[in-house]
Amino acid sequence: MPIDTIENTAKQLVLTVQDYSVFAARAFMNLWTEPRYWPEFLVQSDIVGFGSAAIVLLSGFFTGGVLALQSAATLSQFGATAVTGQFVSITMIRELGPVLTGIMVAGRNASSMASELGSMVVTEQIDAMRALGVDPMRKLVTPRIFACISMLFFLTIVADAFGILGGGFVTVFLNHQDGTQYFSKAWESLRYPDIIQGLVKPLFSGYIVASIGCFYGMRTTGGTQGVGRSTIQAVVNASVLIILVDFLITRVLLALFPPL
Amino acid sequence: MNETSESAQTPSAESGQIAEAATDAAPVVVFRNVSIAFDGPPVLEDISFSVAPAETRILLGPAGVGKSVLLKLTNGLLRPDQGSILLFGQEISQMPEEKLFPLRTRVGMVFQEGALFDSLTVRDNVAYQLIGERVPDDEIDRRVRKALRFVQLEETFSLYPSSLSGGMKRRVAIARAFIRKPELLLYDSPTGGLDPVTSTTIIELVMKERDVYCTPSLLVTHRLQDAFTLCSHRFDSERNRMVPLPEGETDASTTFLMLEEGRLIFDGSLHELLHSENPFVREFLE
Repeated sequence: MPIDTIENTAKQLVLTVQDYSVFAARAFMNLWTEPRYWPEFLVQSDIVGFGSAAIVLLSGFFTGGVLALQSAATLSQFGATAVTGQFVSITMIRELGPVLTGIMVAGRNASSMASELGSMVVTEQIDAMRALGVDPMRKLVTPRIFACISMLFFLTIVADAFGILGGGFVTVFLNHQDGTQYFSKAWESLRYPDIIQGLVKPLFSGYIVASIGCFYGMRTTGGTQGVGRSTIQAVVNASVLIILVDFLITRVLLALFPPL
Repeated sequence: MNETSESAQTPSAESGQIAEAATDAAPVVVFRNVSIAFDGPPVLEDISFSVAPAETRILLGPAGVGKSVLLKLTNGLLRPDQGSILLFGQEISQMPEEKLFPLRTRVGMVFQEGALFDSLTVRDNVAYQLIGERVPDDEIDRRVRKALRFVQLEETFSLYPSSLSGGMKRRVAIARAFIRKPELLLYDSPTGGLDPVTSTTIIELVMKERDVYCTPSLLVTHRLQDAFTLCSHRFDSERNRMVPLPEGETDASTTFLMLEEGRLIFDGSLHELLHSENPFVREFLE
């Protein structure tokens, strides 16, 4: 690859990161000043929260089930199948619940935000909104970001709960183990730092999903083809960023709350 | 505005008075040496002109010459690389976006394809600003119906934009631009891509706004026929339709600008346009 192409790509990347940082910060700060669009917040909360509930519930349930299946096979070699519940609950609550929910919501909502806003950009609806004296950042972006943050928090709890239920289902009906033991182990092994870790992550994931989706939507160029491109970029970047930020948060929280 | 435009023609009495008053008051829009480029050669270069109160300026030029960009600069939707733009006497080229929003509420803008919000009904599209201002619903309904009556589309009140034709969308966009009685109107090719009958209906609406409410405007078009119709007709409020001006008369408040490759090559009246020696103007007219 020629040097100037590498240089241009690097500059473009830095510029995109800079633009995104300014965009995301501005959208966040808008919440603390008037005007606020609460009806938009409620509509977006319904779309993100209720709309994503089914896929989050199913993915949580089956992930918990798979964890129980895989772990039981390994744990039985050490005669430790009794701790399946502990394994499933800690893994779901600390890691898989938040990350999987974030990625599922990114696939569903970052793409829809990017395509919706992108279509509005290419059909001049965003310009029309600005021409009518309404700030699209306040009207469209800020409500989506805060709806996504708050809904992802609750969706993660749903995913965690159904993950543990899925693990319990597999433990009882497929592995033919004791259900009471599974659920009591799942409950007893949990500590507050595990729950804090599991509930802090979706706040960041929600922010990433909505800000990335809106960012790529708002900078769409090139007609309908551009809308498709923005949608792909939004989903890919949001998913990668969720995993990256998950790693960083885990590192920080493990330093703050070291495992026993 | 080029001062020779008024002496070079015989205006109708009413529009002549408007034009006279217009020259006394401060301009609504002023462009001073404005240039803008997007990752390449300048789209607009060293553009200077003004729009006086009650004046209608028709911006002519072939497609892709920067007409829509100029219109977006007027409303602060784009920022120039050089030069200054005054809107209602305020310098907007460096104005922060937050301060531009209240200024834009005084301007009505009709986009090329209408730019209606496709997830909202016609009622909500037209009332977009009123809803934002928390005007009571009854008041909104009354004003939306009045605006839709103005564009003869009252029956579309509860429809969605997807069920409207291209011409109807443009007329709804005009109603949206008119509803708050703007102090300046910007039309971006309001008749582009429409059939002659619908185009005439839309030009009649533009003329109605010009002659009934005397709102200053900047109209972008590449259709000479529309531009000449605006010059040679006036709106008759009693008959509720446009009528031709007497033979040899033109509307003095309607003047022309022409762009060629990003540069303003003409600024003057219809008479001056028709007698211009500029080869590009001649070619465009022919």
